[in-house]
Amino acid sequence: MMQVFEIASFVFASALRMSSPLIFAALGGIMSERSGVINISLEGKMLVGAFAAAVVTYYFHSPVLGLLGGALAGFILASIYSLFVISFKSNQIVTGTAINILAAGIVPLISQALFQNTGSTPEIPMADRFTQFPIILSWVSVVLIWAWFRYSPFGLWHQFAGEHPYALQTSGVDVISTRWCGVLSSGIFAGLGGATLSICLSSNFTRNMTAGRGFMALAALIVGRWRPMTAAVACIFFGLFDAVGITLQGLTLPQPDFDSALLNNFVKFFISTQFVQIIPYLLTVIAVAGFVGRSRPPKALGIPFLKNR
Amino acid sequence: MTILRPILATILSLVLGLLATSLFHESPLHIFKIFLQSGFGSAYDFGMTLTYSVPLILTGLSVSLAFKAGLFNIGAEGQLTMGALAVAVFAALVPLPSLIAPLAGALVAACAGGIWGALVGFLKARRGAHEVIMTIMMNFIAAGISSYVAVYLLKDPNTQNPQTLPILPAFSLTQYSLFNGAPVTFALFLSLLIAVVCWLYLYRTPYGFELRAVGENEHASSTAGIGVQKVQILAMFFSGALAGLVGVGEVMGRVGCFKLDFSPGYGFTGIAVAFLGRCHPLAIIFSGLLFGAIQKGASDLEIFTQNVTSDLALVLQALIILVVSADGLWEKWIPVKKGKA
Repeated sequence: MMQVFEIASFVFASALRMSSPLIFAALGGIMSERSGVINISLEGKMLVGAFAAAVVTYYFHSPVLGLLGGALAGFILASIYSLFVISFKSNQIVTGTAINILAAGIVPLISQALFQNTGSTPEIPMADRFTQFPIILSWVSVVLIWAWFRYSPFGLWHQFAGEHPYALQTSGVDVISTRWCGVLSSGIFAGLGGATLSICLSSNFTRNMTAGRGFMALAALIVGRWRPMTAAVACIFFGLFDAVGITLQGLTLPQPDFDSALLNNFVKFFISTQFVQIIPYLLTVIAVAGFVGRSRPPKALGIPFLKNR
Repeated sequence: MTILRPILATILSLVLGLLATSLFHESPLHIFKIFLQSGFGSAYDFGMTLTYSVPLILTGLSVSLAFKAGLFNIGAEGQLTMGALAVAVFAALVPLPSLIAPLAGALVAACAGGIWGALVGFLKARRGAHEVIMTIMMNFIAAGISSYVAVYLLKDPNTQNPQTLPILPAFSLTQYSLFNGAPVTFALFLSLLIAVVCWLYLYRTPYGFELRAVGENEHASSTAGIGVQKVQILAMFFSGALAGLVGVGEVMGRVGCFKLDFSPGYGFTGIAVAFLGRCHPLAIIFSGLLFGAIQKGASDLEIFTQNVTSDLALVLQALIILVVSADGLWEKWIPVKKGKA
């Protein structure tokens, strides 16, 4: 019994830690999507953020600078994204995919040039890494964003850019710059999420370190219905499955013993790491398909704004 | 004018991407020579370029077909995973005479990919679930299932690698000797044939017309009596089936089993292929070949250069997609040219 309790508290603690990159990225997604711009490029922004943070921390021995470096890298990638989708009115999904591909290609190229290694960056000593700060920062950000949407006029404009941009234009607020702000801040948050991954939760950057977390954050914000608080809860929930999946790998579970081999394999699948790790995606499918309360996106999401309509 | 834009975009992106390599202390001209050498230098190299092109043509067609129906299929990666997994399992377990085995394998691959796509189509049509989100999720679910099968359920005990049992000999496609060992098989002709069939389907049949009509304007099509939901589900089925067919060349032609992570993102490159070909099935053959050549050309960069790796292929892909799909940019340029003509 004691052992079960120990495992459970370990799983919950690691879920709290592992969910903070997701929370940052999900906040980034919310900032962009509430202003009306679809963001499937969170993954790429997290990747460059994780890489830049590891590199800056390695050279300057300062995790604070590393965190800023990660945010800056996300910001730069986001500005390329906004240039194309807002100014050039490119398709947001195609461009988002391109940004992800760009990040996946450019990170190993720079890594090769700096360290003669496309895989991972050098280890960062423990003293130069964060232990808690980014995790606390992610929670502070959730509260700040929530308050910003609820109590500030900027937050209200932001939501109008996503729900009814022409009404916002009529009231004299520039939709284009509101959306630029949304996408740029999404880059900063996603970059912070990546940085948390490389300089807080691990000791260096490894190839494809984000491993789909950008997409999982997207799933969390949809399950959380585009709201910061609920999205953060969804992130913890998803982090929990991740932690359970990893813990399962180290445990020896009792093997199912039915007469039919097929049934045995079936049961084994449902207690496997692989299955536990796809549960968040299954839940998202169920939530988006509207089987448990439909999740409604901002009305003008994905529609380019034409000033002189 | 429509053909000019992809060509200009490709040239512009390649020039930009190659010039960027000078930032890494390499000569762009040297890199370009390596690309040509490695992509087309010998019969083997050209054979490999063709081999890389086959999955890209298929995923390009997959993305295009869905796009013509107004749907974004970001899930070709998951659909091709399911297709390849299904054909690998089928070909490893079901003994069939060698005359019909490859055909049966192809059908299994297409159906598995098709069902994976149709699930999304169904949820889109019936429940209004956004297909982009759904296909992304389905990619991860497919990756989880395939990982379980390749690591536990049907793992090849003779190797440490996560891969399934080898397929039965009746299922292997013959590799043409013309290419000195490059695994060029009938899958190449299959992909070309399918491109032509897609074109006929889209532009020469009433079903294709309905599909394009739904893609252009859902409400008008519905008013005109087209069953929009049926068309959407069917389009996602076909789209998934095309992606699933990647399993034919990869499993039965090249690898001989399902290897975990065998696809270097064919499904995502397929988006680039589709949009460079402006979603026209016949143009996709050429854009598929171009991306195959870029992938093969970049694969030797590690050997011949100090600082630039094969990841340059990804950067070139990304640049091409960014430039070719930047409508706002082209609208500024094209009226000027019209004025001149």
